Amino acid sequence: MRLRTTRKSALLGASFLAAATFSGSLFAEELRLITWGGYAPDEVVAQFEKETGIDVKITLSNNEDMISKLRATGGAGFDLAQPSQDRIVGVQRQFNIYKPIDYSRINTDQLQSSMVKAAQGATKLGNDYYGVPSVWGTSGLIVHSSVADTVKDYTDLCDPSVAGDVSYRLKRPTLIGFAFAMGMDPFAAYNDRDQYQSIMNKVEDKLIDCKANVKTYWTGGDQLLALLRTGEVKAAMAWDAGGWKLNAENPDIRFVAPESGALGWIDTFAIPRRSENEEAAYKWINFVMQPEIAAKITNASGNFTASKGADEYVKSDLRDAYRASFTDQAINNIKWYPPVPPGLETMEGQVLDRVQAAN
Amino acid sequence: MRSSASRLSLWLLLTPFLLWIVLLVLLPHLQMLRVSFQVRESWDTLDWGFQQYQNFFSESYYWRTFVRTGVMSLFTTFLTLIIAFPIAWYIARLARGRSKGLLFLACLIPFWASELVRTYGWMILLRESGVFSAWLQALGWADGPVEMLYNDVAVIIGLVYNGLLFMVVPLVTTLEGMDENLVEAGYDLGGGHFTVLREIVVPWAMPGIVSGCIVVFMLTLGSYLTPILMGGKDSAWFTQQIFTQFITRFNWEQGAALGVLLLVLSSLIVWIGLRVTGQSLRKVMG
Repeated sequence: MRLRTTRKSALLGASFLAAATFSGSLFAEELRLITWGGYAPDEVVAQFEKETGIDVKITLSNNEDMISKLRATGGAGFDLAQPSQDRIVGVQRQFNIYKPIDYSRINTDQLQSSMVKAAQGATKLGNDYYGVPSVWGTSGLIVHSSVADTVKDYTDLCDPSVAGDVSYRLKRPTLIGFAFAMGMDPFAAYNDRDQYQSIMNKVEDKLIDCKANVKTYWTGGDQLLALLRTGEVKAAMAWDAGGWKLNAENPDIRFVAPESGALGWIDTFAIPRRSENEEAAYKWINFVMQPEIAAKITNASGNFTASKGADEYVKSDLRDAYRASFTDQAINNIKWYPPVPPGLETMEGQVLDRVQAAN
Repeated sequence: MRSSASRLSLWLLLTPFLLWIVLLVLLPHLQMLRVSFQVRESWDTLDWGFQQYQNFFSESYYWRTFVRTGVMSLFTTFLTLIIAFPIAWYIARLARGRSKGLLFLACLIPFWASELVRTYGWMILLRESGVFSAWLQALGWADGPVEMLYNDVAVIIGLVYNGLLFMVVPLVTTLEGMDENLVEAGYDLGGGHFTVLREIVVPWAMPGIVSGCIVVFMLTLGSYLTPILMGGKDSAWFTQQIFTQFITRFNWEQGAALGVLLLVLSSLIVWIGLRVTGQSLRKVMG
């Protein structure tokens, strides 16, 4: 008797389990995405969840943090990541945290072919590609109109007339930007360590001299926007999207492409080596790169995407701000980050530490 | 039977403590010690060596930052003591009944908010577009906006504020136990205020002073948010370098070595401090 009831209830349980699995409502799939702020707006996530039934769990991050987190677990914990394309190959070679992209599962028709080619070139290791282009943007200068005549290039941030009104980050884009503004080409020296070191040494001296001009080194986007909004900082090296956001609030503040060229980055989709739901990752990539969806990401983050034809759906004021900042010549002058060879970042790290510690 | 039951209860009581000390203190530190001796070339090659420790001494900015952090922490601790002593004296000796509890509560209230909130509070007061700057201009004492944030003074203000409670509490506890007659006897024997303070009050309060100083010094040395947010461009703080090595440079090996050095060097400073003041750790903590 007793035996029969247990068996009966076990059977009942099993059939419940089967029903639940088939309906998919109780055991929903999950996509764990590590990405940048604004790249997965609530609206887009909700639509994706509704269409696919996959739960999206988002962790906001930045390049270094993404790599650190994936390195700590050997590529586990997330199903999809969005590092910049120049930060994939070197990291992959050192820490082995990503798995190759299966391009046959990507709907490349909806992507701009030039960007696909660029991302493939930048993330190629052996015969495999490790990244799909998603969002791109530049860093340049955010300048208040009162100092716009002085600050036209990165090195103008060191001009005595703007002393105390200046901010930039102590990170590698600053080193690269200053090197270009000082008339050198750090990208050309990427594979020549000695030459690169000598460029970095010159930049280090410049940044130490320039330190007196700096109000504070900004560390987070919100902090920088607050500094510019209150007028405590009048010129800063920063991302284009932040500049356009401020421009919408205060027309006196504008994003300018520096004379030596804005620095262009492309953020990608990359799949962590121990991703537990690759299927969902590919679904997400193909979903958000549809023109209408990609435009929503542009509207939320301020950055344009690799999606073909998304421009049509982008808010008009954002498009205007973009055109005001970039003439055709400025666009052609964008310096795109090539992949960073391993070892360079240690070199740059020491330069940054010395600048931080200098008085 | 009885003894085995009491032994069992002893072990049960000890278990959470043992788990804590082994899992959260001992293991991570041993792991960090191990990592700090690794020299990594790529993800599948590994070597052992002292390179990370050599870096600390050969690259001047590491130890310069450490010395700077140490000196500023010592100064902060001293300043906290100077400010906390009168407060503790008032609470322990002069305040009576309810007002005593209220004063104690007033010291405690700021700590209901997190360190981040407290630091942002100071930033709102000190920044160029902030409260103090606006007041100075309204009173006509300043012509334009005054920037009081992003310098060492701001960092020390923030750190002293964060450490104050941890200095006040041990001081109050020791001062409360002091016999009033001792002070009176000191005056009766012809001592001035300063002599009484130096010969009677301070020696009596020494265990409280030393334990407060140790706590504040360690907290200050290991603080991260306050120096970063309030110090701005010159805020080189040692914990920040450890964070940078771990997070932005992916150089865990160097970060671990710096972490171990921080532990060893700060323990050394505390030990020297105890030696100089002639205290022992057992007396101070007991």
